[in-house]
Amino acid sequence: MNTLELTLLIWVGSLVAGFLGALTGLGGGIIITPLLTLAFGIDIRYAVGATLVSVIATSSGAAAAYVKEGFSNIRIGMFLEIATTVGAVVGASLATRLPTTTIAVIFGIVLLYSAYVSSRGVPEPAAVSQPDRLATLLRMDSSYPTPDGPKSYHVHAVPAGFGLMFGAGALSGLLGIGSGALKVIAMDRAMRLPFKVSTTTSNFMIGVTAAASAGVYLRRGYIDPGLAMPVMLGVLAGSILGARVLSGARTRVLRLVFGVVVGVLAIEMIYHGLSGRL
Amino acid sequence: MTHRSIGWTDHRVEVIIGNLLRAGVLLAAAVVLVGGGIFLVRHGSAAPHYAVFRGEPTDLRTPSGVLAEAVRLQGRGIIQLGLLILLATPLARVAFSVFAFTMERDRLYVIVTLIVLAVLAFSLAGGAL
Repeated sequence: MNTLELTLLIWVGSLVAGFLGALTGLGGGIIITPLLTLAFGIDIRYAVGATLVSVIATSSGAAAAYVKEGFSNIRIGMFLEIATTVGAVVGASLATRLPTTTIAVIFGIVLLYSAYVSSRGVPEPAAVSQPDRLATLLRMDSSYPTPDGPKSYHVHAVPAGFGLMFGAGALSGLLGIGSGALKVIAMDRAMRLPFKVSTTTSNFMIGVTAAASAGVYLRRGYIDPGLAMPVMLGVLAGSILGARVLSGARTRVLRLVFGVVVGVLAIEMIYHGLSGRL
Repeated sequence: MTHRSIGWTDHRVEVIIGNLLRAGVLLAAAVVLVGGGIFLVRHGSAAPHYAVFRGEPTDLRTPSGVLAEAVRLQGRGIIQLGLLILLATPLARVAFSVFAFTMERDRLYVIVTLIVLAVLAFSLAGGAL
């Protein structure tokens, strides 16, 4: 197979991944690195670098659409980004030191967890009625639009959310993923944000977090233009298509199927990592 | 109703940023596409080299090196330039937020946003731990 043929195949694979990622809300990044390494035999460091770039493209590209809905909370996002960007630099620096087999195993575990979350779905957290002192100090409480007018919400457990976000940032830097699922969970479960607010704020944070890792990757020579090109263009086109279809689609079955695919990829990654073949 | 006016400003700023980001991504994609075309015309028939990690040449690791390669119309350099434009979009978003929070006289969040900007600048300037 020559470079042209491989590039076209990777482009098609990335398009499908971006499409499914947008439909399921998990993002395409999580299945591209396994696809590149397991199916195309690409070194995991090149794969991670190319995927990270595509994560920035989908996050920035979708921002305009998310913003119109008026759900995202820019203050919460910005404050937590201190944790995710520092975490990302730590994770990306770690990625250049850990053996690739270890990274593959960690990747597999994160995939397994994402598969679990994807097939189950995240229940809407119980709303909190009491304001939190730290959240009030940081002016995080806000409101979001509903059919019955603006609904206000209170933010909780800021330190716990901040800590979880550092972890999400470190994983993002280590594995080149957006780790959107983890960010949403930190905001839903710990900080008790309404689901719509946490998903849109998470999208805002993913791009900034990924940019922090990308600086490290670029300097270490992980970002190969020939490989990043089809991945970025494919994921971007796929996610735009996916967002178009999303409004009318029933995603329950799709999430389940995607969950199974991600689960299989997870086991493959762990197996290859443990047997030292990555 | 100060709270509502802050919310409105936040939202307006977000809409501007959202459109700015989309324009940045489309520009980046166009540059990557042009570079990719040149790269594939010249090297499409060669055997791919992604299975073994060697790391990129130093010229493709720094903004100044990338720019020099792109000016020489090297396909890989132009792709990398497009990727740098893409990398700049979240950076622009944070930088714009500094400006927006300043306009809102929200000193606390000007500081928060400046910290995030500093971490990003540290990373893009080649800093690692």
